[in-house]
Amino acid sequence: MNKYLERLYNGIIKENPTFVLMLGMCPTLAVTVSAMNGLGMGLSTTVVLVLSNAMISLLRKVIPDKVRIPAFIVVVATFVTVVQLLLQAYVPSLYDALGIYIPLIVVNCIILGRAEAYASKNSVLLSTFDGLGMGLGFTLGLTAIGLFRELIGSGKIFGFGLMPASYEPITIFVLAPGAFFVLAMLTALQNKLKAPSATNVTGGPAMACGGNCGECHGNACEANHGLLEAQKAAAKAEKAAQAKRAAEAKKAAVEGATKVAFDKVMEKTEGRED
Amino acid sequence: MNELLNVSASPHVRSKDTTKSIMRDVAIAMIPSSVFGIYNFGVNALLLILTCVATCVLSEYIYEKGMHRPITTGDYSAVVTGLILALNLPSSAPLWMAMLGSVFAIIVVKQLFGGLGQNFMNPALAARCFLMISFTGRMTDFAVTKATNFINGAMGIDGFSGATPLAVAKAGDSVDLLSMFIGGTAGTIGETSALCLLIGAAYLMVKKIISPKIPFIYIGTLLVFALIFGGYGFDINYLGAQLLGGGLIFGAFFMATDYVTSPITPMGQIIFAISLGLLTGIFRIFGGSAEGVSYAIIICNLLVPLMERVTIPVAFGWEGKRNGK
Repeated sequence: MNKYLERLYNGIIKENPTFVLMLGMCPTLAVTVSAMNGLGMGLSTTVVLVLSNAMISLLRKVIPDKVRIPAFIVVVATFVTVVQLLLQAYVPSLYDALGIYIPLIVVNCIILGRAEAYASKNSVLLSTFDGLGMGLGFTLGLTAIGLFRELIGSGKIFGFGLMPASYEPITIFVLAPGAFFVLAMLTALQNKLKAPSATNVTGGPAMACGGNCGECHGNACEANHGLLEAQKAAAKAEKAAQAKRAAEAKKAAVEGATKVAFDKVMEKTEGRED
Repeated sequence: MNELLNVSASPHVRSKDTTKSIMRDVAIAMIPSSVFGIYNFGVNALLLILTCVATCVLSEYIYEKGMHRPITTGDYSAVVTGLILALNLPSSAPLWMAMLGSVFAIIVVKQLFGGLGQNFMNPALAARCFLMISFTGRMTDFAVTKATNFINGAMGIDGFSGATPLAVAKAGDSVDLLSMFIGGTAGTIGETSALCLLIGAAYLMVKKIISPKIPFIYIGTLLVFALIFGGYGFDINYLGAQLLGGGLIFGAFFMATDYVTSPITPMGQIIFAISLGLLTGIFRIFGGSAEGVSYAIIICNLLVPLMERVTIPVAFGWEGKRNGK
Protein backbone atom coordinates (compact mmCIF):
# COMPACT_ATOMS: atom_id res chain seq x y z
CA MET A 1 0.00 0.00 0.00
CA ASN A 2 2.84 2.29 0.87
CA LYS A 3 4.13 2.48 -2.67
CA TYR A 4 0.70 3.58 -3.91
CA LEU A 5 0.65 6.45 -1.43
CA GLU A 6 4.19 7.24 -2.48
CA ARG A 7 2.94 7.64 -6.08
CA LEU A 8 0.31 10.13 -4.92
CA TYR A 9 2.87 12.05 -2.87
CA ASN A 10 5.25 12.01 -5.81
CA GLY A 11 2.66 13.47 -8.16
CA ILE A 12 1.23 16.09 -5.86
CA ILE A 13 4.34 17.34 -4.06
CA LYS A 14 7.66 15.88 -5.07
CA GLU A 15 7.26 15.98 -8.83
CA ASN A 16 4.35 18.37 -9.13
CA PRO A 17 3.86 18.75 -12.89
CA THR A 18 3.18 22.49 -12.77
CA PHE A 19 5.61 23.74 -10.17
CA VAL A 20 8.43 21.20 -10.26
CA LEU A 21 8.45 19.52 -13.67
CA MET A 22 7.04 22.58 -15.45
CA LEU A 23 5.16 20.43 -17.92
CA GLY A 24 1.89 21.27 -19.63
CA MET A 25 2.62 24.99 -19.61
CA CYS A 26 0.24 25.70 -22.49
CA PRO A 27 -3.01 24.98 -20.60
CA THR A 28 -1.40 26.34 -17.42
CA LEU A 29 -0.94 29.74 -19.02
CA ALA A 30 -4.07 29.76 -21.13
CA VAL A 31 -6.99 28.54 -19.04
CA THR A 32 -6.16 29.73 -15.52
CA VAL A 33 -8.10 32.97 -15.84
CA SER A 34 -10.26 31.85 -12.92
CA ALA A 35 -10.01 29.27 -10.17
CA MET A 36 -13.04 27.45 -11.58
CA ASN A 37 -11.44 27.09 -15.02
CA GLY A 38 -8.21 25.87 -13.44
CA LEU A 39 -10.08 23.29 -11.39
CA GLY A 40 -12.13 22.14 -14.39
CA MET A 41 -9.10 21.82 -16.63
CA GLY A 42 -7.15 20.03 -13.89
CA LEU A 43 -9.91 17.51 -13.21
CA SER A 44 -10.50 16.82 -16.90
CA THR A 45 -6.81 16.17 -17.32
CA THR A 46 -6.80 13.98 -14.22
CA VAL A 47 -9.56 11.78 -15.60
CA VAL A 48 -7.77 11.37 -18.91
CA LEU A 49 -4.48 10.77 -17.15
CA VAL A 50 -5.82 8.04 -14.86
CA LEU A 51 -7.67 6.24 -17.64
CA SER A 52 -4.88 6.49 -20.20
CA ASN A 53 -2.24 5.41 -17.69
CA ALA A 54 -4.31 2.37 -16.78
CA MET A 55 -5.03 1.50 -20.38
CA ILE A 56 -1.45 1.94 -21.55
CA SER A 57 -0.19 -0.10 -18.62
CA LEU A 58 -2.60 -2.87 -19.60
CA LEU A 59 -1.39 -2.76 -23.16
CA ARG A 60 2.28 -2.31 -22.37
CA LYS A 61 3.23 -5.81 -23.45
CA VAL A 62 1.12 -5.63 -26.60
CA ILE A 63 2.24 -2.30 -28.02
CA PRO A 64 5.35 -2.74 -30.17
CA ASP A 65 8.17 -0.54 -29.05
CA LYS A 66 8.65 1.14 -32.41
CA VAL A 67 5.10 2.48 -32.72
CA ARG A 68 4.46 3.15 -29.06
CA ILE A 69 4.06 6.96 -29.40
CA PRO A 70 1.28 6.77 -32.04
CA ALA A 71 -0.34 4.01 -30.00
CA PHE A 72 -0.25 6.17 -26.84
CA ILE A 73 -1.71 9.11 -28.76
CA VAL A 74 -4.61 6.98 -30.01
CA VAL A 75 -5.39 5.80 -26.46
CA VAL A 76 -5.14 9.33 -25.04
CA ALA A 77 -7.20 10.84 -27.87
CA THR A 78 -9.96 8.31 -27.26
CA PHE A 79 -10.28 9.27 -23.60
CA VAL A 80 -10.04 12.97 -24.38
CA THR A 81 -12.92 12.65 -26.82
CA VAL A 82 -14.97 10.86 -24.16
CA VAL A 83 -14.23 13.59 -21.61
CA GLN A 84 -14.93 16.32 -24.15
CA LEU A 85 -18.35 14.91 -25.04
CA LEU A 86 -19.21 14.43 -21.35
CA LEU A 87 -18.24 18.02 -20.53
CA GLN A 88 -20.24 19.29 -23.47
CA ALA A 89 -23.27 17.35 -22.33
CA TYR A 90 -23.22 18.04 -18.59
CA VAL A 91 -21.19 21.22 -17.92
CA PRO A 92 -21.58 23.29 -21.10
CA SER A 93 -20.44 26.48 -19.35
CA LEU A 94 -17.08 24.95 -18.47
CA TYR A 95 -16.89 23.43 -21.93
CA ASP A 96 -17.29 26.87 -23.47
CA ALA A 97 -14.78 28.43 -21.11
CA LEU A 98 -12.07 25.86 -21.81
CA GLY A 99 -12.74 25.75 -25.54
CA ILE A 100 -9.89 24.46 -27.67
CA TYR A 101 -7.86 23.45 -24.62
CA ILE A 102 -9.96 20.33 -24.03
CA PRO A 103 -9.04 18.66 -27.33
CA LEU A 104 -5.51 19.90 -26.74
CA ILE A 105 -5.26 17.64 -23.67
CA VAL A 106 -4.31 14.99 -26.25
CA VAL A 107 -0.93 16.59 -26.73
CA ASN A 108 -0.42 17.58 -23.10
CA CYS A 109 3.14 16.63 -22.26
CA ILE A 110 2.22 15.40 -18.80
CA ILE A 111 -0.02 12.67 -20.19
CA LEU A 112 2.38 11.52 -22.86
CA GLY A 113 5.26 11.91 -20.42
CA ARG A 114 3.65 9.68 -17.80
CA ALA A 115 2.69 7.10 -20.43
CA GLU A 116 6.23 6.98 -21.74
CA ALA A 117 8.08 7.26 -18.45
CA TYR A 118 5.85 5.31 -16.11
CA ALA A 119 2.77 3.51 -17.40
CA SER A 120 4.59 1.64 -20.15
CA LYS A 121 6.93 0.10 -17.59
CA ASN A 122 4.82 -0.48 -14.48
CA SER A 123 1.82 -2.45 -13.28
CA VAL A 124 -1.75 -1.30 -13.82
CA LEU A 125 -2.55 -0.30 -10.25
CA LEU A 126 0.69 1.59 -9.76
CA SER A 127 0.20 3.42 -13.05
CA THR A 128 -3.34 4.35 -12.08
CA PHE A 129 -2.13 5.83 -8.82
CA ASP A 130 0.66 7.59 -10.66
CA GLY A 131 -1.88 9.15 -13.01
CA LEU A 132 -4.08 10.13 -10.09
CA GLY A 133 -1.18 11.75 -8.22
CA MET A 134 0.07 13.62 -11.27
CA GLY A 135 -3.45 14.72 -12.19
CA LEU A 136 -4.16 16.00 -8.69
CA GLY A 137 -0.82 17.79 -8.65
CA PHE A 138 -1.71 19.42 -11.95
CA THR A 139 -5.16 20.34 -10.65
CA LEU A 140 -3.59 21.84 -7.55
CA GLY A 141 -1.18 23.91 -9.61
CA LEU A 142 -3.81 25.20 -12.03
CA THR A 143 -6.29 25.99 -9.27
CA ALA A 144 -3.67 27.87 -7.26
CA ILE A 145 -2.61 29.97 -10.24
CA GLY A 146 -6.26 30.49 -11.19
CA LEU A 147 -7.13 31.58 -7.64
CA PHE A 148 -4.38 34.16 -7.61
CA ARG A 149 -5.13 35.52 -11.07
CA GLU A 150 -8.85 35.68 -10.41
CA LEU A 151 -8.33 37.45 -7.10
CA ILE A 152 -6.02 40.12 -8.54
CA GLY A 153 -7.54 40.35 -11.98
CA SER A 154 -11.23 40.44 -11.13
CA GLY A 155 -11.36 40.63 -7.33
CA LYS A 156 -13.19 37.32 -6.94
CA ILE A 157 -12.55 33.76 -5.90
CA PHE A 158 -14.63 31.01 -7.54
CA GLY A 159 -16.92 33.80 -8.69
CA PHE A 160 -17.56 35.25 -5.24
CA GLY A 161 -16.44 38.83 -4.66
CA LEU A 162 -13.86 38.89 -1.90
CA MET A 163 -12.10 42.19 -2.30
CA PRO A 164 -13.54 45.39 -0.83
CA ALA A 165 -15.73 47.39 -3.17
CA SER A 166 -13.07 50.07 -3.59
CA TYR A 167 -10.64 47.52 -5.04
CA GLU A 168 -10.08 48.02 -8.74
CA PRO A 169 -9.20 44.78 -10.51
CA ILE A 170 -5.94 44.81 -12.44
CA THR A 171 -7.44 43.37 -15.59
CA ILE A 172 -4.12 42.43 -17.14
CA PHE A 173 -3.87 39.52 -14.70
CA VAL A 174 -6.76 37.69 -16.34
CA LEU A 175 -5.21 38.29 -19.76
CA ALA A 176 -2.30 36.38 -21.26
CA PRO A 177 0.52 38.58 -19.89
CA GLY A 178 -0.78 38.09 -16.35
CA ALA A 179 -0.25 34.34 -16.64
CA PHE A 180 3.39 34.90 -17.46
CA PHE A 181 3.82 37.37 -14.59
CA VAL A 182 2.33 34.98 -12.07
CA LEU A 183 4.27 31.96 -13.27
CA ALA A 184 7.54 33.90 -13.45
CA MET A 185 7.12 35.33 -9.96
CA LEU A 186 6.27 31.89 -8.64
CA THR A 187 9.37 30.37 -10.19
CA ALA A 188 11.49 33.21 -8.86
CA LEU A 189 10.10 32.56 -5.40
CA GLN A 190 10.83 28.84 -5.73
CA ASN A 191 14.39 29.60 -6.75
CA LYS A 192 14.81 32.02 -3.88
CA LEU A 193 13.49 29.53 -1.33
CA LYS A 194 15.53 26.77 -3.03
CA ALA A 195 12.36 24.75 -3.37
CA PRO A 196 12.57 21.92 -5.87
CA SER A 197 11.76 23.05 -9.39
CA ALA A 198 12.88 22.51 -12.96
CA THR A 199 15.07 25.61 -12.74
CA ASN A 200 16.50 24.62 -9.38
CA VAL A 201 18.36 21.47 -10.35
CA THR A 202 21.54 20.29 -8.74
CA GLY A 203 24.38 18.98 -10.83
CA GLY A 204 27.04 16.37 -10.13
CA PRO A 205 29.38 16.37 -7.15
CA ALA A 206 32.14 17.85 -9.36
CA MET A 207 30.57 21.27 -9.09
CA ALA A 208 30.70 23.39 -5.98
CA CYS A 209 27.63 25.41 -6.93
CA GLY A 210 25.61 22.38 -7.97
CA GLY A 211 25.43 23.39 -11.62
CA ASN A 212 22.51 25.74 -11.19
CA CYS A 213 23.60 28.79 -13.15
CA GLY A 214 20.43 30.68 -12.28
CA GLU A 215 21.52 31.42 -8.74
CA CYS A 216 25.14 32.06 -9.57
CA HIS A 217 26.80 35.43 -9.75
CA GLY A 218 30.44 36.35 -9.87
CA ASN A 219 33.63 34.70 -10.97
CA ALA A 220 33.17 31.49 -9.03
CA CYS A 221 31.14 30.39 -12.02
CA GLU A 222 34.06 30.41 -14.42
CA ALA A 223 35.65 27.21 -13.16
CA ASN A 224 32.32 25.42 -13.04
CA HIS A 225 31.47 26.76 -16.46
CA GLY A 226 34.63 25.05 -17.73
CA LEU A 227 33.54 21.83 -16.08
CA LEU A 228 30.12 22.04 -17.65
CA GLU A 229 31.66 22.71 -21.03
CA ALA A 230 33.96 19.73 -20.59
CA GLN A 231 30.97 17.53 -19.74
CA LYS A 232 29.13 18.75 -22.78
CA ALA A 233 32.19 18.20 -24.98
CA ALA A 234 32.56 14.67 -23.63
CA ALA A 235 28.91 13.93 -24.35
CA LYS A 236 29.33 15.33 -27.84
CA ALA A 237 32.44 13.25 -28.50
CA GLU A 238 30.61 10.17 -27.26
CA LYS A 239 27.75 10.89 -29.63
CA ALA A 240 30.13 11.50 -32.53
CA ALA A 241 31.91 8.23 -31.85
CA GLN A 242 28.59 6.40 -31.82
CA ALA A 243 27.56 8.03 -35.06
CA LYS A 244 30.87 7.03 -36.60
CA ARG A 245 30.45 3.42 -35.50
CA ALA A 246 26.95 3.39 -36.93
CA ALA A 247 28.19 4.89 -40.16
CA GLU A 248 30.90 2.28 -40.39
CA ALA A 249 28.44 -0.52 -39.83
CA LYS A 250 26.23 0.93 -42.49
CA LYS A 251 29.15 1.28 -44.81
CA ALA A 252 30.06 -2.36 -44.40
CA ALA A 253 26.48 -3.31 -45.19
CA VAL A 254 26.11 -1.36 -48.38
CA GLU A 255 29.68 -1.59 -49.55
CA GLY A 256 29.16 -4.50 -51.87
CA ALA A 257 26.26 -2.99 -53.74
CA THR A 258 27.19 0.64 -54.25
CA LYS A 259 30.88 0.65 -53.70
CA VAL A 260 31.86 3.18 -56.34
CA ALA A 261 29.24 5.78 -55.49
CA PHE A 262 29.77 5.38 -51.78
CA ASP A 263 33.51 5.83 -51.99
CA LYS A 264 32.93 9.09 -53.77
CA VAL A 265 30.64 10.31 -51.00
CA MET A 266 33.03 9.20 -48.29
CA GLU A 267 35.87 10.94 -50.02
CA LYS A 268 33.87 14.11 -49.99
CA THR A 269 32.88 13.88 -46.35
CA GLU A 270 36.38 12.95 -45.27
CA GLY A 271 37.77 15.85 -47.19
CA ARG A 272 35.38 18.12 -45.36
CA GLU A 273 36.30 16.69 -42.00
CA ASP A 274 39.94 17.40 -42.64
CA MET B 1 52.22 71.46 -13.83
CA ASN B 2 51.32 69.31 -16.82
CA GLU B 3 54.83 68.19 -17.60
CA LEU B 4 54.14 64.55 -17.02
CA LEU B 5 53.13 62.72 -20.15
CA ASN B 6 49.95 60.81 -19.71
CA VAL B 7 50.66 57.25 -20.79
CA SER B 8 47.60 55.09 -21.05
CA ALA B 9 45.94 52.48 -23.16
CA SER B 10 43.51 53.47 -25.89
CA PRO B 11 40.95 54.97 -26.38
CA HIS B 12 42.61 58.36 -26.19
CA VAL B 13 39.77 60.45 -27.49
CA ARG B 14 36.84 60.27 -25.13
CA SER B 15 33.42 61.79 -25.17
CA LYS B 16 32.40 63.80 -22.15
CA ASP B 17 28.89 62.38 -22.32
CA THR B 18 27.85 60.23 -19.42
CA THR B 19 24.59 58.46 -18.75
CA LYS B 20 23.95 61.12 -16.17
CA SER B 21 24.47 64.10 -18.49
CA ILE B 22 22.38 62.55 -21.27
CA MET B 23 19.53 61.63 -18.97
CA ARG B 24 19.62 65.05 -17.38
CA ASP B 25 19.27 66.65 -20.81
CA VAL B 26 16.32 64.41 -21.63
CA ALA B 27 14.69 65.41 -18.35
CA ILE B 28 15.32 69.08 -19.12
CA ALA B 29 13.78 68.63 -22.57
CA MET B 30 10.57 67.43 -20.98
CA ILE B 31 10.24 70.47 -18.71
CA PRO B 32 8.25 72.60 -21.19
CA SER B 33 5.68 69.83 -21.64
CA SER B 34 5.51 69.18 -17.91
CA VAL B 35 5.04 72.85 -17.08
CA PHE B 36 2.39 73.22 -19.76
CA GLY B 37 0.70 70.05 -18.53
CA ILE B 38 0.59 71.39 -14.98
CA TYR B 39 -0.77 74.75 -16.18
CA ASN B 40 -3.27 72.99 -18.40
CA PHE B 41 -4.55 70.27 -16.09
CA GLY B 42 -3.99 71.81 -12.69
CA VAL B 43 -2.59 70.51 -9.45
CA ASN B 44 -3.47 66.88 -10.11
CA ALA B 45 -1.00 66.82 -13.00
CA LEU B 46 1.71 68.16 -10.69
CA LEU B 47 0.93 65.50 -8.10
CA LEU B 48 1.01 62.78 -10.74
CA ILE B 49 4.38 63.91 -12.07
CA LEU B 50 5.87 64.10 -8.57
CA THR B 51 4.42 60.73 -7.59
CA CYS B 52 5.74 58.98 -10.70
CA VAL B 53 9.23 60.41 -10.42
CA ALA B 54 9.46 59.77 -6.69
CA THR B 55 8.12 56.22 -6.96
CA CYS B 56 10.46 55.37 -9.83
CA VAL B 57 13.55 56.65 -8.03
CA LEU B 58 12.51 55.05 -4.75
CA SER B 59 11.72 51.65 -6.22
CA GLU B 60 15.02 51.63 -8.10
CA TYR B 61 16.84 52.50 -4.88
CA ILE B 62 15.04 49.89 -2.79
CA TYR B 63 15.48 47.14 -5.38
CA GLU B 64 19.18 47.81 -5.84
CA LYS B 65 19.72 48.06 -2.11
CA GLY B 66 17.85 44.82 -1.54
CA MET B 67 19.72 42.99 -4.31
CA HIS B 68 23.12 44.38 -3.23
CA ARG B 69 23.75 46.02 -6.57
CA PRO B 70 25.41 49.36 -7.19
CA ILE B 71 22.92 52.15 -6.59
CA THR B 72 22.21 53.92 -9.90
CA THR B 73 19.51 56.34 -8.82
CA GLY B 74 21.95 59.22 -9.38
CA ASP B 75 22.02 58.79 -13.16
CA TYR B 76 18.58 60.35 -13.69
CA SER B 77 17.35 57.44 -15.78
CA ALA B 78 14.66 56.61 -13.21
CA VAL B 79 13.68 60.28 -13.19
CA VAL B 80 13.27 60.21 -16.96
CA THR B 81 11.23 57.01 -16.78
CA GLY B 82 8.97 58.57 -14.16
CA LEU B 83 8.56 61.76 -16.18
CA ILE B 84 7.71 59.93 -19.40
CA LEU B 85 5.21 57.73 -17.58
CA ALA B 86 3.56 60.71 -15.87
CA LEU B 87 3.27 62.63 -19.13
CA ASN B 88 1.60 59.54 -20.58
CA LEU B 89 -1.15 59.47 -17.97
CA PRO B 90 -4.45 61.32 -18.17
CA SER B 91 -4.68 64.05 -15.55
CA SER B 92 -7.65 62.34 -13.91
CA ALA B 93 -5.60 59.23 -13.07
CA PRO B 94 -5.51 58.40 -9.36
CA LEU B 95 -2.16 58.50 -7.58
CA TRP B 96 -2.11 54.80 -6.72
CA MET B 97 -2.27 54.04 -10.43
CA ALA B 98 0.78 56.22 -11.04
CA MET B 99 2.60 54.37 -8.25
CA LEU B 100 1.63 50.96 -9.60
CA GLY B 101 2.79 51.91 -13.07
CA SER B 102 6.08 53.30 -11.79
CA VAL B 103 6.85 50.20 -9.76
CA PHE B 104 6.01 48.02 -12.76
CA ALA B 105 8.24 50.09 -15.04
CA ILE B 106 11.26 50.06 -12.78
CA ILE B 107 11.06 46.65 -11.11
CA VAL B 108 9.52 44.38 -13.73
CA VAL B 109 10.60 45.93 -17.02
CA LYS B 110 13.94 47.44 -16.05
CA GLN B 111 15.51 45.87 -12.97
CA LEU B 112 14.39 42.26 -13.35
CA PHE B 113 16.13 42.20 -16.73
CA GLY B 114 19.36 43.66 -15.39
CA GLY B 115 18.88 47.40 -15.04
CA LEU B 116 19.60 50.25 -17.42
CA GLY B 117 20.96 48.98 -20.74
CA GLN B 118 19.39 45.55 -20.33
CA ASN B 119 15.73 46.49 -20.48
CA PHE B 120 14.24 44.99 -23.63
CA MET B 121 11.53 47.60 -23.98
CA ASN B 122 11.00 51.16 -22.89
CA PRO B 123 10.03 50.86 -19.20
CA ALA B 124 7.71 53.87 -19.16
CA LEU B 125 5.87 52.75 -22.26
CA ALA B 126 5.56 49.18 -21.03
CA ALA B 127 4.05 50.56 -17.83
CA ARG B 128 1.67 52.72 -19.83
CA CYS B 129 0.49 49.69 -21.79
CA PHE B 130 0.21 47.70 -18.55
CA LEU B 131 -2.06 50.38 -17.10
CA MET B 132 -3.90 50.82 -20.39
CA ILE B 133 -4.81 47.14 -20.52
CA SER B 134 -5.60 46.93 -16.82
CA PHE B 135 -7.59 50.13 -16.33
CA THR B 136 -8.82 51.03 -19.81
CA GLY B 137 -11.62 53.21 -18.48
CA ARG B 138 -9.44 55.34 -16.25
CA MET B 139 -6.64 55.62 -18.78
CA THR B 140 -8.94 57.07 -21.45
CA ASP B 141 -10.86 59.39 -19.13
CA PHE B 142 -9.52 62.70 -20.40
CA ALA B 143 -10.47 65.77 -18.43
CA VAL B 144 -11.44 69.05 -19.98
CA THR B 145 -8.41 71.31 -20.00
CA LYS B 146 -7.88 74.84 -18.96
CA ALA B 147 -6.56 75.75 -22.40
CA THR B 148 -9.68 74.24 -23.96
CA ASN B 149 -11.86 76.33 -21.72
CA PHE B 150 -9.86 79.39 -22.63
CA ILE B 151 -10.13 78.81 -26.37
CA ASN B 152 -13.73 77.74 -26.20
CA GLY B 153 -14.58 80.67 -23.97
CA ALA B 154 -13.20 83.00 -26.60
CA MET B 155 -15.39 81.23 -29.11
CA GLY B 156 -18.43 81.36 -26.89
CA ILE B 157 -18.71 77.65 -26.19
CA ASP B 158 -19.40 76.40 -22.68
CA GLY B 159 -18.51 72.74 -22.67
CA PHE B 160 -16.32 70.28 -24.46
CA SER B 161 -16.79 66.56 -24.79
CA GLY B 162 -13.94 64.28 -23.90
CA ALA B 163 -13.08 62.62 -27.21
CA THR B 164 -9.48 63.04 -28.29
CA PRO B 165 -8.93 64.87 -31.58
CA LEU B 166 -7.54 61.69 -33.07
CA ALA B 167 -10.81 59.89 -32.36
CA VAL B 168 -12.68 62.83 -33.85
CA ALA B 169 -10.51 62.73 -36.96
CA LYS B 170 -10.97 58.99 -37.25
CA ALA B 171 -14.71 59.50 -37.24
CA GLY B 172 -14.26 61.86 -40.17
CA ASP B 173 -15.00 65.17 -38.45
CA SER B 174 -12.68 68.12 -38.75
CA VAL B 175 -10.49 69.22 -35.87
CA ASP B 176 -8.97 72.50 -34.77
CA LEU B 177 -5.32 72.12 -35.76
CA LEU B 178 -4.11 75.31 -34.09
CA SER B 179 -5.63 74.22 -30.81
CA MET B 180 -3.95 70.83 -31.20
CA PHE B 181 -0.61 72.49 -31.88
CA ILE B 182 -0.76 74.69 -28.82
CA GLY B 183 -2.30 72.05 -26.61
CA GLY B 184 -5.93 72.89 -26.03
CA THR B 185 -7.25 69.41 -26.73
CA ALA B 186 -8.05 66.37 -24.66
CA GLY B 187 -5.26 63.91 -24.04
CA THR B 188 -2.64 62.80 -21.55
CA ILE B 189 -0.70 65.31 -19.49
CA GLY B 190 2.25 65.59 -21.82
CA GLU B 191 0.98 64.74 -25.28
CA THR B 192 -1.46 67.58 -25.91
CA SER B 193 0.92 70.40 -26.74
CA ALA B 194 2.93 69.71 -29.88
CA LEU B 195 4.61 73.09 -29.45
CA CYS B 196 6.12 72.31 -26.04
CA LEU B 197 7.20 68.85 -27.19
CA LEU B 198 8.92 70.32 -30.24
CA ILE B 199 10.77 72.86 -28.05
CA GLY B 200 12.09 69.97 -25.99
CA ALA B 201 12.92 67.93 -29.08
CA ALA B 202 14.79 70.87 -30.60
CA TYR B 203 16.82 71.16 -27.40
CA LEU B 204 17.74 67.46 -27.59
CA MET B 205 18.72 67.75 -31.25
CA VAL B 206 20.80 70.88 -30.71
CA LYS B 207 22.60 69.15 -27.86
CA LYS B 208 23.03 66.15 -30.19
CA ILE B 209 21.43 63.83 -27.62
CA ILE B 210 19.10 62.38 -30.25
CA SER B 211 19.60 62.19 -33.99
CA PRO B 212 16.66 63.41 -36.07
CA LYS B 213 16.77 60.23 -38.15
CA ILE B 214 14.35 58.01 -36.25
CA PRO B 215 11.70 60.66 -35.44
CA PHE B 216 11.51 62.15 -38.92
CA ILE B 217 11.47 58.85 -40.80
CA TYR B 218 8.87 57.57 -38.31
CA ILE B 219 6.58 60.57 -38.73
CA GLY B 220 7.12 60.65 -42.51
CA THR B 221 6.24 56.97 -42.88
CA LEU B 222 3.08 57.43 -40.83
CA LEU B 223 1.97 60.44 -42.87
CA VAL B 224 2.53 58.61 -46.15
CA PHE B 225 0.64 55.62 -44.75
CA ALA B 226 -2.25 57.83 -43.63
CA LEU B 227 -2.26 59.55 -47.03
CA ILE B 228 -2.57 56.26 -48.86
CA PHE B 229 -4.77 54.22 -46.54
CA GLY B 230 -6.49 56.87 -44.40
CA GLY B 231 -9.43 57.09 -46.77
CA TYR B 232 -9.46 60.89 -46.84
CA GLY B 233 -6.80 61.44 -49.53
CA PHE B 234 -4.73 64.59 -49.27
CA ASP B 235 -6.82 66.23 -46.57
CA ILE B 236 -4.66 68.69 -44.60
CA ASN B 237 -7.01 68.59 -41.67
CA TYR B 238 -6.93 64.78 -41.39
CA LEU B 239 -3.19 64.51 -41.92
CA GLY B 240 -2.60 67.33 -39.47
CA ALA B 241 -4.68 65.52 -36.87
CA GLN B 242 -2.61 62.38 -37.47
CA LEU B 243 0.60 64.37 -37.05
CA LEU B 244 -0.32 66.47 -34.02
CA GLY B 245 -2.76 64.12 -32.36
CA GLY B 246 -2.14 61.42 -29.84
CA GLY B 247 1.36 60.63 -28.70
CA LEU B 248 3.04 60.70 -32.11
CA ILE B 249 5.38 63.64 -31.54
CA PHE B 250 6.03 62.66 -27.93
CA GLY B 251 6.66 59.05 -28.91
CA ALA B 252 8.78 59.81 -31.95
CA PHE B 253 11.16 62.26 -30.28
CA PHE B 254 11.30 61.04 -26.69
CA MET B 255 10.51 57.33 -26.67
CA ALA B 256 11.48 55.87 -30.04
CA THR B 257 14.92 57.46 -29.66
CA ASP B 258 15.68 55.77 -26.34
CA TYR B 259 19.28 54.56 -26.60
CA VAL B 260 18.71 51.21 -24.98
CA THR B 261 15.68 50.13 -26.97
CA SER B 262 16.48 51.46 -30.44
CA PRO B 263 19.00 49.94 -32.87
CA ILE B 264 22.58 51.19 -32.93
CA THR B 265 23.29 50.33 -36.55
CA PRO B 266 22.45 53.15 -39.02
CA MET B 267 20.52 50.84 -41.32
CA GLY B 268 18.76 49.28 -38.35
CA GLN B 269 17.55 52.69 -37.23
CA ILE B 270 15.96 53.31 -40.62
CA ILE B 271 14.23 49.92 -40.57
CA PHE B 272 13.14 50.58 -36.98
CA ALA B 273 11.65 53.97 -37.84
CA ILE B 274 9.82 52.68 -40.92
CA SER B 275 8.39 49.73 -38.96
CA LEU B 276 7.20 52.15 -36.29
CA GLY B 277 5.45 54.29 -38.88
CA LEU B 278 3.80 51.30 -40.54
CA LEU B 279 2.66 49.74 -37.27
CA THR B 280 1.31 53.02 -35.91
CA GLY B 281 -0.56 53.57 -39.16
CA ILE B 282 -2.02 50.09 -39.08
CA PHE B 283 -3.11 50.44 -35.45
CA ARG B 284 -4.55 53.92 -35.95
CA ILE B 285 -6.37 53.34 -39.21
CA PHE B 286 -7.37 49.67 -39.11
CA GLY B 287 -7.30 49.10 -35.36
CA GLY B 288 -10.10 49.42 -32.88
CA SER B 289 -8.69 52.36 -30.96
CA ALA B 290 -7.66 55.73 -32.37
CA GLU B 291 -4.19 55.59 -30.82
CA GLY B 292 -1.34 53.22 -31.60
CA VAL B 293 1.99 54.88 -30.86
CA SER B 294 2.78 53.15 -27.59
CA TYR B 295 1.98 49.64 -28.82
CA ALA B 296 3.92 50.26 -32.03
CA ILE B 297 6.99 51.38 -30.09
CA ILE B 298 7.06 48.50 -27.64
CA ILE B 299 6.49 45.93 -30.39
CA CYS B 300 9.35 47.40 -32.41
CA ASN B 301 11.48 47.47 -29.24
CA LEU B 302 11.16 43.71 -29.17
CA LEU B 303 12.36 43.44 -32.75
CA VAL B 304 15.43 45.63 -32.23
CA PRO B 305 17.90 42.77 -31.60
CA LEU B 306 16.85 41.17 -34.89
CA MET B 307 17.15 44.45 -36.76
CA GLU B 308 20.63 44.96 -35.37
CA ARG B 309 21.64 41.46 -36.24
CA VAL B 310 20.78 41.70 -39.93
CA THR B 311 22.20 45.20 -40.35
CA ILE B 312 25.66 44.87 -38.84
CA PRO B 313 27.81 47.14 -41.03
CA VAL B 314 30.68 45.56 -42.92
CA ALA B 315 34.07 46.53 -41.53
CA PHE B 316 36.42 48.53 -43.75
CA GLY B 317 38.33 46.19 -46.05
CA TRP B 318 35.85 43.35 -45.70
CA GLU B 319 33.38 44.56 -48.32
CA GLY B 320 32.26 41.91 -50.74
CA LYS B 321 33.30 39.05 -48.50
CA ARG B 322 30.46 37.01 -47.17
CA ASN B 323 29.89 36.87 -43.41
CA GLY B 324 33.23 38.52 -42.78
CA LYS B 325 35.12 35.36 -43.72
